[in-house]
Amino acid sequence: MEKAEIDLGRRNALKASGGMGLLGLLVAAGLIQPNMVSAASERAAFEAKTLDEAFKALGVFFPANSPAIQLTAPEIAENGAVVPITVESTLFRTEQITILVDKNPTMLVDNFFVPEGTEGFITTRIKMAQTASVIALVKADGKFYRVSKEVKVTAGGC
Amino acid sequence: MPNPTKIRATINDGVTEVRVLMQHEMENGRRKDETGMLIPAWYITEFKAQHNGRIVLEGQFGTSVSKNPYLIFRFRGGAAGDKVSITWLDNRGETQSDEVAVI
Repeated sequence: MEKAEIDLGRRNALKASGGMGLLGLLVAAGLIQPNMVSAASERAAFEAKTLDEAFKALGVFFPANSPAIQLTAPEIAENGAVVPITVESTLFRTEQITILVDKNPTMLVDNFFVPEGTEGFITTRIKMAQTASVIALVKADGKFYRVSKEVKVTAGGC
Repeated sequence: MPNPTKIRATINDGVTEVRVLMQHEMENGRRKDETGMLIPAWYITEFKAQHNGRIVLEGQFGTSVSKNPYLIFRFRGGAAGDKVSITWLDNRGETQSDEVAVI
């Protein structure tokens, strides 16, 4: 299997080819496919210190709220070290699911790439430092949508 | 040697549900040990899931993913006996790959 190893080389090469600015231009010029860009830029998004920075690094602009995304999270999390989160999207061609917490030191929690044939569904467990909004971003058919939910954290676990 | 990933893949009504428990500390790099020294960040940065060699999910993790990352996802297709594998890579360059048969 040529894909047997995680394809780090490709990501590093993309990272080395420039920041979002250049990549954005290349996309606009139609030189590279948008899905290549997300793979390169999201690692930078993990360094984001504000939600705006994280969105920008992910290439997200004013995502619309969507009732087709269901975010399941506890109302009160007694243990911030393990907060179960489920995101389910019935949007046509869901291709990416991203989870963020607006008050965590690292806001971007995880980022999933959903190929065709895989359902727009993910359950994961995340750390939360304090009471905050959990944000689920879903990219479907090239557009980003979001939903968010506040989770009260009684004992932070970051 | 990293600990093996626990995987359970079950087929039901043409959809395979995969439950994954990766065994990893997921240190965020901000915690201190008893002597006040920072514990260096040590976490899984990316993973991929394959069904008979075809990628069915790829993901990237930051340090806000809980210790021993747990996932559930579903893909269409699959049959009893098919292979589902999980491969992860951490920020130290360690990698772990495990495989189970769909039941």
